[in-house]
Amino acid sequence: QKVTVEVLDHLERLALVDFRDAEGVQRLQEAIQFADQLQEVNTDGVEPMDSVLEDRCLYLREDDVTEGNCTKELLKNAKEKVEEYFVAPPGNIPLPKLEERETFLQGS
Amino acid sequence: RPQRGLSLQVSAALKEGRVTATELCQRCLSLIRSTKFLNAYITVAEETALKQAEESEKRYRAGQQLGVLDGIPIAVKDNFNTAGIETTCASNMLKGYISPYNATVVQKLLDQGAVLLGKTNLDEFAMGSGSTDGVFGPVRNPWSYSRQYKKKSVPKSHSEDKESNWVITGGSSGGSAAAVSSFTCFAALGSDTGGSTRNPAAHCGVVGLKPTYGLISRHGLIPLVNSMDVPGILTRCVDDAAVVLGSLAGHDPKDSTTIQDDFKPFELPNLTDVRKLSIGIPKEYHAPGLSSEILAVWSKAADLFENAGAKVTEVSLPHTRYSIVCYHVLCTAEVASNMARFDGLEYGHRSDMNKSTESMYAATRREGFNDVVRGRILSGNYFLLKQNYENYFIKAQKVRRLIANDFVKVFGSGVDILLTPTTLSDAVPYMEFIKEDNRTRSTQDDILTQAANMAGLPAINVPAALSERGLPVGLQFIGRSFQEKQLLTVAKWFEKQVKFPMIQLEEVKRHDNDVFQHQKSASFS
Repeated sequence: QKVTVEVLDHLERLALVDFRDAEGVQRLQEAIQFADQLQEVNTDGVEPMDSVLEDRCLYLREDDVTEGNCTKELLKNAKEKVEEYFVAPPGNIPLPKLEERETFLQGS
Repeated sequence: RPQRGLSLQVSAALKEGRVTATELCQRCLSLIRSTKFLNAYITVAEETALKQAEESEKRYRAGQQLGVLDGIPIAVKDNFNTAGIETTCASNMLKGYISPYNATVVQKLLDQGAVLLGKTNLDEFAMGSGSTDGVFGPVRNPWSYSRQYKKKSVPKSHSEDKESNWVITGGSSGGSAAAVSSFTCFAALGSDTGGSTRNPAAHCGVVGLKPTYGLISRHGLIPLVNSMDVPGILTRCVDDAAVVLGSLAGHDPKDSTTIQDDFKPFELPNLTDVRKLSIGIPKEYHAPGLSSEILAVWSKAADLFENAGAKVTEVSLPHTRYSIVCYHVLCTAEVASNMARFDGLEYGHRSDMNKSTESMYAATRREGFNDVVRGRILSGNYFLLKQNYENYFIKAQKVRRLIANDFVKVFGSGVDILLTPTTLSDAVPYMEFIKEDNRTRSTQDDILTQAANMAGLPAINVPAALSERGLPVGLQFIGRSFQEKQLLTVAKWFEKQVKFPMIQLEEVKRHDNDVFQHQKSASFS
C-alpha cells in the first residue's frame, strides 16, 4: 500500500521538512512497512504507557520566580532581532500549494 | 589492575602533589592534539579548561579541594548545553549556537571542580549507531590504531591504504567513547536513548552506564525522545562510573521527570561472594545476527558466574523482538515533536528566505537537517496523523507496556541482574558500515540495548574480551529500577574477573601516558 502524493504533501506541510528525492519517499515507505509489524502483537486490554514513571507524582515546585531577566543572553543567539524582539517574516501566509512550490513531489 | 577507581587514584595523586591539575590538563590537551585524526572532539575548550585547572590547583594547594572529581579532566557529548561553549549536536542547524546556560549535569560536574576539556562528536542530533552521520565527519575508533588490531589485520594488497581499514566507534556517543578510550579524559558524558552510550562503550572497550530513567536530570540535554533519553556515563572502569554517578544523580527541580527520592552516593563494595546472586540469561537476546564470537564470550561469562556459585538461569522476555519496532514508532513520533523547535527564529541556523514564516521555517529546516533527521521527522509525523494515531502511536505505547512488564515479571521471579551481549558483533570497518543506511543500521545495532530504554531500567556495558580481530567485545548487565548500586557492584566483580587488556596505542607517545603511571604506582592495597 503506497502512500499517496496527497499524504506526502500533507506531511511536508505539517513537518515543514521536505522529502527531497525518491530515496526520501522510499525511506518513509520502508518505515511504515517496518512499523506494521506491531500489528502482530496482541494488545487487547493493555493500556498505553506514556512514561515508565507513571506510578509516581510529578514534581510541582512553588510558583515563585527564581530566574529570568536574561533577555540580552537569549537574544544573542537570534539572527534577526530589533530591540527586544525576534523578527519573523510575515505570518498567516500558507506554504504554496504542491503545484506551485519547489518540491520533489511535484513530479509524482 | 587498579583496585580502586582510576579517578580516585589520580585524585590521590593531585592531593599529594605528585601531579598538578594544570599538568594533568595540559597533558590531556596535548593528547587530544596528537589524536586529532580520531575526530572525537568537535570543540576543544582549551582556554577555559586551563583556567579551571588553575583554579583547581589553587584549591589543592590550600587543602580545599572540592571532592574526588576536583581537577579531573572530562569531556561532554555535544548535545549537552555548555555555557559560553558552542553546542552543535553535530548539525548545521546549531552551528555557531553558543549555549546561554549549562545543562544540570554539566553544572554539577563543574561544581565538583571537574575540568571540561571539550565537546565530543556524535551522530547528528544523536540519531544513529555509528557516530558517522554528523556534519563534522565520522569518529574513528581508537582501537583501529592499536597494536592489538593491527597485528590481527591482514592487508589485502600493497596499494590498500591502511587508513581505510579503520573501524567505527559505534554511536551515537562515539566521540565520548573514543575520548575516554584514547586517554584524553577520565570520564565523558554521553546520552542514551536506544543504546547510544552502551553501544560505543562496547566497541571502544570502555564502561558505559545508562542510569535508570528519572535518576539523572535531562535539563540541558537537547532532547531526542523525552520518555527514554538519559545522560550516559563513560569511564575506563566501573568504580569511576560510580564516582561520576554519585555527583550527578538526584532530583532536579528544573527537570520534573527526575524522581524526588533522596539519592545517596555510594562507594562500591568489593564483592567476593556471588553465591546469593541470581543472574538471568534472556534467551531472546540470542538474536539473529549475533556473532558466534560474542555468543561464546556471553556463554563464558555465564559460566564464570555459575562456577563462582551464583544461580544462573535462562529467562524469557517474550516481546524483545518487537522492542525495536516499538522504539522506531515512539522515537520518530517524539522526534517529530522535539525537532519542531528548530525554526531559525530564536537560535541556530536561519535561512535567508523571507517570504513568510512558513517558508522561512521550511527553508531553514531543509538547510539545517540531514537526511536521517528529516527522515525521522517525516516518519514520526506520519505515525501521528489522525488516521494513524491509534494504529501506530497508541499501539506502540501498548507494546511498550508489554515490554516493560516482561522485565517486571523476570525481576519479580527472583532474578537480580540480567546478563546479555551489548552488540551483535565487534566494530565494523567504516567502509562496510556506510554501505547500509542509517535506519537499517540503527535497527540492527540497537536490538540488544533498546529494551532497557523502553522499560527505563539501568544497564551497563563492561568490556569483556578482545575479538579475533583484536577489537573489544563488551557484555551488558541490566538491573532493577534505581538499583544502580547492585548493578555496579556486580559489574565491578565481573570486571575484576575478566581483566580486560589495556589498549596499546602506538600513535600515542609513551611520555603522554606518564600521567597514567600514577594509577599504577599508587599504593592502595
